[in-house]
Amino acid sequence: MEPPIPVTLIGGYLGAGKTTLVNHLLRERGQRRIAVLVNDFGELPIDDALIESRDGPLLQLAGGCVCCSFGSDLMAALQQILALQPTPQHILIETSGVALPAAVARMLVLLPGLELDALLVLADAETLRRHAADRYVGELVREQLQQADLLLLNKTDLMAEADLSALREWLGSTAPQARVLSCRQARLPPELLLGIGPVQSGSRRGAAVADAGVLFESLSLEFEHGVDMAALAALLSAPPLRLLRAKGLMRDRDGRTRSLQLVGARTTLAPSTHAGPQQGRLVCIALRGELQAERLRAALVACAA
Amino acid sequence: MSITIFQARKIITMNPSRPLATHVAVRDGRILGVGPLEELAGWGPYTLDDRLAAKVLMPGLVEGHSHLMEGAFWRFVYCGWFDRSDPNGKVWPGAKSLDEVVQRLSRAQAGLVDAAAPLAGWGFDPIYFDNRRCVREDLDRVSATRPVGMIHASGHIINCNSAALGAIGWLRSGIDHPGVPLGSDGMPTGELKGPEAMMQVAQVLGMDRAVLAGDEPALYLFSRLCVRAGVTTATDLASPLPDAAVDMMLNVTAGDDFPTRIVPLLRLMGAPAEGVERAVALRERATDRLRLGRIKMVADGSIQGFSARLRWPGYHNGAPNGLWYMAPQQMGQTLALALQRGVQIHTHTNGDEATELLLELMEQALRERPTPDHRFTLQHCQLADAAQYRRMKALGMCVNLFANHHYYWGDEHYRLTVGPERATRMNACATALASGVPFAIHSDAPITPLGPLFTAWCAVHRLTASGRVLGEHERIGVADALRAITVGAAYMLKLDGEIGSIECGKRADFCVLDDDPLAVPSLALKDLPVWGVVQDGRIFAAAELPTD
Repeated sequence: MEPPIPVTLIGGYLGAGKTTLVNHLLRERGQRRIAVLVNDFGELPIDDALIESRDGPLLQLAGGCVCCSFGSDLMAALQQILALQPTPQHILIETSGVALPAAVARMLVLLPGLELDALLVLADAETLRRHAADRYVGELVREQLQQADLLLLNKTDLMAEADLSALREWLGSTAPQARVLSCRQARLPPELLLGIGPVQSGSRRGAAVADAGVLFESLSLEFEHGVDMAALAALLSAPPLRLLRAKGLMRDRDGRTRSLQLVGARTTLAPSTHAGPQQGRLVCIALRGELQAERLRAALVACAA
Repeated sequence: MSITIFQARKIITMNPSRPLATHVAVRDGRILGVGPLEELAGWGPYTLDDRLAAKVLMPGLVEGHSHLMEGAFWRFVYCGWFDRSDPNGKVWPGAKSLDEVVQRLSRAQAGLVDAAAPLAGWGFDPIYFDNRRCVREDLDRVSATRPVGMIHASGHIINCNSAALGAIGWLRSGIDHPGVPLGSDGMPTGELKGPEAMMQVAQVLGMDRAVLAGDEPALYLFSRLCVRAGVTTATDLASPLPDAAVDMMLNVTAGDDFPTRIVPLLRLMGAPAEGVERAVALRERATDRLRLGRIKMVADGSIQGFSARLRWPGYHNGAPNGLWYMAPQQMGQTLALALQRGVQIHTHTNGDEATELLLELMEQALRERPTPDHRFTLQHCQLADAAQYRRMKALGMCVNLFANHHYYWGDEHYRLTVGPERATRMNACATALASGVPFAIHSDAPITPLGPLFTAWCAVHRLTASGRVLGEHERIGVADALRAITVGAAYMLKLDGEIGSIECGKRADFCVLDDDPLAVPSLALKDLPVWGVVQDGRIFAAAELPTD
């Protein structure tokens, strides 16, 4: 059976920079074959340079990627994408500005072969507070924030330092579950936004990814022992560890190999599609300077099964 | 060109200068004159047609909010609680219990040759079954092997059997979604709620979106329902109108035997500029019988589904506020662009907060671009209060009220959704009239049956299914109700210069009745027999329609 296709949702109110982020990810996707679903093609959502051809609601993009507008029928568009040969390796859904991303995420279980990777919510740092206080959409905007795994605070370069820290404080109380990242023109590394990729083979050393002055670092751990994965997931998602993403493949306490995925505060354990005994591996990403290698190692030891 | 003069027992013209007459002269599908025969004879040689001599003519009725889906549904088995008339004129009695529904589906199955073919029903309405929920085992009694399912009257839920679930791989545990309730065994119960949960089983049942949006057979069946209801102009509100669908509709409606003028509105999704320009392009393709070029936006959901946006104090039962279906900014941009391009916008607002938002956006758009006579319309607009009607008037807006709703859901609104006081003001025809807001009334077929005379009856009496008068002060008189289903709806569509009344120069569109709606007791309005229609001067008798 094919492993499920990871789906990254990009939510956020109008003008938050969702389209900019989609274009950024299409340019920086590496070797990934991505299918992008957007609410509508509207006003130039996809860079012309990336488009190879157009067939109705489906755009063929460079490198085997596609982009599809779904209008009112995301399910049908997902069916269409799942029927493509070859199937995409990653699906990116840009939700409508009034969608609740968690509702879109729930929809994924209804189709075979999809799994939620991450729920990203973008916000325009300049207009966020105003939108969040709006008489008509304020509640919706706040709910969107509260559903984020990672909250990407865009256009922070246009803000005074004091305003930005006040905004972060407000976000801390409005959307306490979200890991907040500042960015400019949605420029963040794809490893952070689309996931870490396969961890079962090859070596991955803590290469820092630099972009627009924001630095991340990652740590890769290998170990022989089995792990109480539920306990480890709880430890890793604790706010003080400040992890943005983590991905692991290891032997659980019942002897079965499972994968562990962490995005922000949300963790998922899933049966592994890879058989056979192997070393346990865990890759973690955090903001540079916030990666707490010793605590991560200690967590692994504490959860040894 | 030949002139035909139709003789009638009475002609109710809706033309205030000559409200009643006995003869109408028609040439080239248009009305040459209305009055006594001797006056009309002055137009030259004519043929006197006395086939309608015993009938009462009204202007062809105008349904301002319906869906071609009403035609699509009749290829499936009717499973509703209320009696309903099909395109062949056969009345399907309401199925009053789950057992009756199962029996009805079983009988329909006996006519199927292919043992694997799906069997689908529609109009299912279990709220009247003492809270007895339908589960897949109920429909397994119809067939253990063939996919069987039915869509609810609301259109938002499907119940299906085990074979239908099996066909999409859902006969298993572990499906974690709010739209897929699970039984004690962890397996889906067969109830599927919401478009996402319904979609795959709907496809198995042959109810996929393209079919429901109205294909060619659906358009023909819809037009027959129109003839039987006295309707000569009906809206389809709305669809994405892909080119293939527009080509099909242009082709079908051009047929000499096609009896209805269809007004399809373009459903706007997302980008305002793209939508408005598409409407402009569609307008270029419009014909007499296919009036393209209008847009529908949807602001919120439904009140009975708790997805409408309500102002304070919200839902009577404490349910959380509903959903926005489009971003307010995008709706505002669309209104402004549409004013600029002369494209008419109809906006679905059910809750009063959605209505308030549209009034605000409209005021902003008009301040930037003052536009006389735009007739932008609020569709449903069920919960508006008097202040909102005054504002509609000031902004030059029209409203199309969902009069039928009281009968079918009024008791629920009183008890559950908005509570007694606000339930009495829902679909406030009398307030619209008193405020001078041009208004129409509608069925939203297939949500409720297509039938403007029934809709008029609803506006006149405001009776609920349980017999309660819901909002006695919002009742209107018969003459006003008849106006709303003719020239009122035509005005709202900016077609009142062509249709909606029987007078010189207009289309020869008549609703042909066996009796006089102004003379029968008003409680009988809904049962007034419709003989058929005249559309563009062509006679269509309901009894002579093709059947299948």
